[in-house]
This record gives sequence, structure tokens and C-alpha cells, in this order.
Amino acid sequence: MRVTLWGTRGSLASAGPDTIRYGGNTVCVEVRGSNGACLILDAGTGIRRLGAALEPTIKRVDVLLTHLHMDHIQGLGFFAPLYRPDLDLHLWGPPSTTQDLRGRLSRYLSPPLFPVHLRDLRHGLTIHDVPLGRFEIEGLELHAALVCHPGPTVGYRITDRNKALAYLPDHEPALGARTFPQKPEWTSGFALAAGADLLIHDAQYTAAEYPAHVGWGHSSIPHALAFADAAGVRRLVPCHHDPSHTDDMLDVLLDEMRGLSDSVQILPGKEGARFEV
Amino acid sequence: MRQQEIEVILMRQLASYLAMPVLLVDAEGSIVYYNEPAEALVGRRFDEAGALPKEVWSTVFRIRDEHGAPIPADSLPLMIALRDRLPVHRRLQMTGLDGVSRSIESTAFPLEGQGGRYLGAVAIFWSVNSE
Repeated sequence: MRVTLWGTRGSLASAGPDTIRYGGNTVCVEVRGSNGACLILDAGTGIRRLGAALEPTIKRVDVLLTHLHMDHIQGLGFFAPLYRPDLDLHLWGPPSTTQDLRGRLSRYLSPPLFPVHLRDLRHGLTIHDVPLGRFEIEGLELHAALVCHPGPTVGYRITDRNKALAYLPDHEPALGARTFPQKPEWTSGFALAAGADLLIHDAQYTAAEYPAHVGWGHSSIPHALAFADAAGVRRLVPCHHDPSHTDDMLDVLLDEMRGLSDSVQILPGKEGARFEV
Repeated sequence: MRQQEIEVILMRQLASYLAMPVLLVDAEGSIVYYNEPAEALVGRRFDEAGALPKEVWSTVFRIRDEHGAPIPADSLPLMIALRDRLPVHRRLQMTGLDGVSRSIESTAFPLEGQGGRYLGAVAIFWSVNSE
């Protein structure tokens, strides 16, 4: 599996001179299976550049949304392949308790928030309520599970040739926990991340920032590392960087993080970074 | 042990902060958690008792109605909430693991998650008095 980060920022796109190295686009990750299958995880603003780079010969693309907060769907209407009639395009994401994914997405992809209605964007777009549990896409094995974040939100585990990528970009497993991490069976997202070869995980806040944001659905950097450590993850990519965190600040925070674990390798979540799993 | 569903995890964490006794069972009916206020009614700390399968907890507590008549296990509020997926309220007398009999009121309700997932049930207790 080849994993490419096209957007690493959380909450709000944050282009500027202070975010050049880690990137200002909101979350979007490309996953290419060993058989060539193309999955796109989330449709933040990073998906625009991914769409421009996607080879025109590709026949099928599956976009998997973790949830429908704006930073995860705002790029969708600007994903150029969306308008390619020959492309077999599938969109997956969580329904709510009262609405399917199509209905929920239509709230954003319609005026006044967006000039075009979802129904008018493209004929043949296949929209799936993501199943909870195991399913397959183009020979890749996927698991989706609800995780701790406000509103219906899933994390994904993608397995290809016995190698696993876990993707939990918006996740607050420490919410309400008196000690963290708790036992595995009582830790949100644990089964998705357990033993993963690569974990892309929410690390929005510093330890000092977290107490003022409890319940907002995100992790502190130490929580992300503790979660990875407890789950036996080999490599951790901290992601969903806070818009206020500059490149220099993230360098320092990640250096501090590296000193806290002997078993988890920390890989910077920089826009454009590519990993083999 | 398999990971609990997120709603069950959050319910447990909420219960751990509440001052009212709360007991949580999974979809199979096993007690997976009760909070500190509930420990006083159960008569044993949760860390000591651990998870209790339905077959154990439904018989290990001596539970009677307000007139002292035994209540069959399948008529307990938590069992009804689990089986019928309905809220139930009832006054009971319960003898905990410490051998002390207490008059309590119990409200039990089912937990249903999105996607048609049945997650278990919750019972909240009010201690009426101690004998």
C-alpha cells in the first residue's frame, strides 16, 4: 500500500508562510493498493490537488469520509474527477440516525452553502452508507467503526497483503477517561488501530491546549502517542494539525513527542509526505 | 476481550461521573460496569466483582418485590429492558453481595445505536432506605 498525504490540517484550511512545510490544506489522504486500487480518505481541501494529479486513465475511485464536518468535505465539489462521466466514482460515509449519507451531504452541497445541488453534480455517482464492520473495496479489506468524536464519525482500518493502515483523523479517545489509556476494550478506536503498521491519528492539541477543548473531539499530542503505544502501532503519523500551529511549533512538538516512546516511530504529518505500508 | 461499542464506552464514562447509581449491561446481558454509587447497592466494588454474566448476576442478588415475594429473573427491570427493548420502572428489595437488604427503585432502559445495533441496557437506581 502506498499512502500519500494531500491535506494534514484540521478544522480550517490555513495557507500562509508559517504552514508551508506541514501544509495548510485540510485532511485528505490517498491510498493506493498493491493492485492499483485507489481510495481517498476524506475530502478536505487537499483533495483538489489530488484530483488534478490523478491519472486520467484511472477507472474507479472510492472516496471514504470519516464524517461530515466541513474540513472533511469542503474539497468535494472541487475534486475535478467528480465531473468525469467515465469514472466509476463511489462515495462512502456515515449516515446519521435519521438521514442517509446522500441526505446529509446534500445539506452542504446545495445553495446557499454551495452553488450546485449534489443531484446535479454528476450522474452515476454512487453513494454508500458506510457499513460498520468489515467490507471490501477492489480487493482491499476495510473495517469501519464509530469512534469518539461529536456526531456520527468512523475510523477506518485498511488491510492489503497483511499490512494495515489505521486512519483516525478526528478522535478523542481520552474523553471522560479518568486515566488514559484505559484497558483496550474500553478505549475508542482500539480495535481499528491494534497492531497497525501505520496509524494516521488526530494530534490537534498540545497537552496545555487540551483541557480548554475537552469534548471537541480531538486528541492532544501526548494522547495520540499514548493511544498508538497502547495499540502496539509501529509508526504514527500525527495529523489534523491545529490551524494555529506553525511549522516551527510542530517541529518542536514532534521532537518532544519522539522522546516519549521507544516503541512507536513518529513520522511528521506533512502535506506531500508518502509512506509505504 | 473484544472492544466495546463506542456508545457503551461513552455510557460507562458518563456513569463514572454521575452521583446516582448506574449499572450497564451489554447486549448479551452481562454486567460490564457499575459506578461507585452503585457499588454501595451491589455490596462489592466493581474492580473486585468484575464483569458478571447474566446467568450469574440474575441469581446472585436476592431480589424481591415490595411485599417480599421473589421476582423471577426474567421479570427484573433490566431483563425486561434487554428483552423487550422498553423502559421499565419498579420498586424492589435487593440483597447485595454484602448480604445487606435494601429497598430501591430501578429504572432500566435499552441502548440502541445507529445502524440497528442493539448495545445493551442501563439501570439507574434510587435507594429508598436500608434495612
